Amino acid sequence: MSAILVLAEHLKGEVSEISFEMLGAARKLGDELKTPVLAVALGRDASAVAAKLGAADSVLVVEDAALEVPTVEVTGPVIQQLMEQKQAAIVLIPGTNLAWGLGAKLAALTKLPYVNFCHGLKVDNGAVMVTSQLYGGKIMADVPLAGNRGILCVLPGSFPPDAGKSDKAATIEKPAVNVPAPKVVFKKYIEPAGGDVDITKQDVLVSVGRGIQTQDNIALAEELAGVLGGAVSGSRPVIDQGWLPLTRQVGKSGMTVKPKLYLALGISGAPEHQEGMRGASLIVAVNTDPKAPIFDIAHFGTTTDLFELVPALKEAIEKRKQGA
Amino acid sequence: MNYFVLLKMVPDTVEELEVSADNKSLNSEFLRFKLNDPDEHALEQALLLKEKFGGTVTAVAFEAPEVDEVLFTAVAKGADKAVKLAGDFSNVRGPACAQIVASYLKPLPADAVILVQCQAIDDLEGEIGVYLADMLQLPYVGLVAGVAIEAGGLTVTKEFAGGMRGEFSVGLPAVLGIQAAEKPPRYVPVAKVRAVMKTAKIETVDVTPPETPGVLAVEKMYKPEVAGRAEMIEGSPEEVAGKIVAILAERGLV
Ligand SMILES: Cc1cc2nc3c(=O)[nH]c(=O)nc-3n(C[C@H](O)[C@H](O)[C@H](O)COP(=O)(O)OP(=O)(O)OC[C@H]3O[C@@H](n4cnc5c(N)ncnc54)[C@H](O)[C@@H]3O)c2cc1C
Ligand SMILES: Nc1ncnc2c1ncn2[C@@H]1O[C@H](COP(=O)(O)O)[C@@H](O)[C@H]1O
Repeated sequence: MSAILVLAEHLKGEVSEISFEMLGAARKLGDELKTPVLAVALGRDASAVAAKLGAADSVLVVEDAALEVPTVEVTGPVIQQLMEQKQAAIVLIPGTNLAWGLGAKLAALTKLPYVNFCHGLKVDNGAVMVTSQLYGGKIMADVPLAGNRGILCVLPGSFPPDAGKSDKAATIEKPAVNVPAPKVVFKKYIEPAGGDVDITKQDVLVSVGRGIQTQDNIALAEELAGVLGGAVSGSRPVIDQGWLPLTRQVGKSGMTVKPKLYLALGISGAPEHQEGMRGASLIVAVNTDPKAPIFDIAHFGTTTDLFELVPALKEAIEKRKQGA
Repeated sequence: MNYFVLLKMVPDTVEELEVSADNKSLNSEFLRFKLNDPDEHALEQALLLKEKFGGTVTAVAFEAPEVDEVLFTAVAKGADKAVKLAGDFSNVRGPACAQIVASYLKPLPADAVILVQCQAIDDLEGEIGVYLADMLQLPYVGLVAGVAIEAGGLTVTKEFAGGMRGEFSVGLPAVLGIQAAEKPPRYVPVAKVRAVMKTAKIETVDVTPPETPGVLAVEKMYKPEVAGRAEMIEGSPEEVAGKIVAILAERGLV
């Protein structure tokens, strides 16, 4: 008998949505392949995490301080041992910052195929087919998993999380494993710097991407945010350039925001950016490229040049306010 | 310290990507290649480390269109050495790439820091940094956003989520997947690159790709079905602005 293993992700006691997404997807796969689904919870407080993973047939818990934050060197061999004990053929790893590199490490350790950017999974005549999202979401590739064996790194936002949530009490197992001594040692968390605007609490975000071109142009967005009563956030390149502080970054490595209005200016809408903003109530995208992926998730869009639109928009809002 | 930076050429996604007739690969006829954007951060981080702690920076790339210019640019920015690994890489992905780089790097200096970017957009298997570290039996940390040399090892900052980061200590030699350099990548004028092209040399090393290429085979490649949810607003900037304001007003947002 083989099994599907799902590595649950948690940060500071909180189970991430991706864990439920993967559990839901694994559940479906497991039912079709008639294979049990085993969740894996690792870390100092893994039992508390495990309690929330009732959608799995059972949860493998390893409580060890060295596993609090996943590292390739320590977590990799631990999962490998669990795979061997349970004869796991398919392993789902979260495609998140925290679990970064684990999929490739497991592939290197087990010599199983590794598929990155997994965005879809289906079973066709008993054979597992993985859909991988490449080139920042511009190209999809269907890849068969030979012998239904492989390590999959799952992109957040690919599967519905509700399918992986269950009130059922989880069955807990505590297998014995060797936790190797690491050459990479976790020292401490570094909390995001306080003092700046908290973009997760704003109703209105004017968000700028590489299309804003220069640091000086940020002022345009600031003015617009001013009349809208909101704040300015940005995509990764804008923050990497130092044009906005780290606290303003939206996306995978940055903040997850759910404002009433997300106005995206010159943002292409890469999957890593979408991860942080797809929950906004209203998304309006301004991008000169009609094919930009941001339009796939925006409610309204325009291909007007942002440098022409922003002043016009500011004026129109001011006019309306004066009229009101 | 010996810093090795791996630079990868990837298709420029600003251009329209087309799938070729076999439905299994990209149509290379229309592809323009450029340096994997974030690799600039790996190079920048190496240059910053060199400036702060001393050492030499070697930029390493596989033979590919336009790669010479990328390597000369690295030298113009401050790299001490540029190396081009030459061979037939048509079927080489993740693990095989790592094997080639590993054999080039051996014997590895005890104070080597190998800087790669975390991930390229074009690789199904990806993350050669991880494979490389595994082959060379070195520690690996990815998504690195800060590096310092301390007490004979490295102190690195890794990005988690929500702006949270973690600090790790790492023994040497090591492989780092750089996500963001501590400073934005430096700019170098084209004139300087041209000047470097006249004086600097790229060292070409012939390598033989391993027999066993990737185990994965793409069955079908295609463009995603666009959900196309956005309702597009047309007109002059003023008209578009007016329509957006109306939409916002309807929702009580202005
Ligand atoms: C592990 C990892 C984590 C990441 N984390 C994040 C993250 O947290 N947040 C994040 O944002 N990214 C993140 N990224 C990066 C992400 O993949 C993209 O590279 C990034 O989101 C692109 O930013 P952008 O849209 O601003 O730039 P680009 O993709 O360069 O897009 C710029 C857009 O501006 C448009 N434009 C240009 N000029 C104009 C104009 N005058 N008017 C209107 N439109 C114009 C262009 O058409 C283009 O679509 C991460 C990547 C990785 C690998
Ligand atoms: N063929 C290659 N030549 C040089 N560097 C590479 C190559 N493949 C990967 N890299 C490095 O590894 C990073 C991640 O790429 P990948 O492993 O393909 O996801 C790249 O950004 C480069 O820094």
